[in-house]
Amino acid sequence: MEDKSVKVRGKVKDGVAKVKVLISHPMETGTRRHADSGELIPAKYIEEVVFSHNGKDVLTAYWGASVSKNPYSAFKIKSATVGDKVAVRWSDNTGTSGAKEIALK
Amino acid sequence: MEVSTTRRGFIKGLIAVGTLLALPATLLAAMVRPKAAFGSKEIDASLKSLFGDASIEASDKVYLKVPEIAENSAVVPITITTDIEDVESISVIIDKNPNPLSANFKLTDAVAPEVSARVKMGQSSPVRALVKAKGKVYFTTKEVKVTIGGCGG
Repeated sequence: MEDKSVKVRGKVKDGVAKVKVLISHPMETGTRRHADSGELIPAKYIEEVVFSHNGKDVLTAYWGASVSKNPYSAFKIKSATVGDKVAVRWSDNTGTSGAKEIALK
Repeated sequence: MEVSTTRRGFIKGLIAVGTLLALPATLLAAMVRPKAAFGSKEIDASLKSLFGDASIEASDKVYLKVPEIAENSAVVPITITTDIEDVESISVIIDKNPNPLSANFKLTDAVAPEVSARVKMGQSSPVRALVKAKGKVYFTTKEVKVTIGGCGG
């Protein structure tokens, strides 16, 4: 799953994994206008991000358009070991999606 | 699945696919994006649609980390943690945003009750962190000031 839209870092410390995710995405609210033409820029924002640990979904984030551009998110997996697989998959309101899987360090 | 060319086989296939689709739909009923809550412009309506009739009370066990003054209103870092156990969800509401509900995290027992994200704020506003656990909702609020123009005013 090579996807340049998503960057994931996961590090294990004392059995707990801290996972950080950065997704390239405009997170357009749909209320902004083009500076020149005054036309509304259509909404395009991530609605759902699912995080999984060794194939099991552990956290689902539902987002609105007020989450920042190129969203960053972080969370902790209670019990993890180095080498465990952590995957992220996202989808936005226009049907675009992305995914990435990494091994914990 | 093998594609059948007979009519009987085709109908059987349809039924099989139908059953497959119906099963996860019921299983996943609880895991659907709370669309109405995100679309709402009213905080109370969002709360109602997120939490139904669950009691909502202020709690000192919900920790909300936000800057007092946001230098860039388009990127306001926010971290929510809690000492409460059996957390089902963590939500962020920005009172004065056009759509107050910003994020809703559904947790499982495999993750710690701690989430971070970055949000946009239209103007200075109270920010609420809501934690749902064991059918009850606990929250804490902090005021975040937005400096217009980004000159640190």
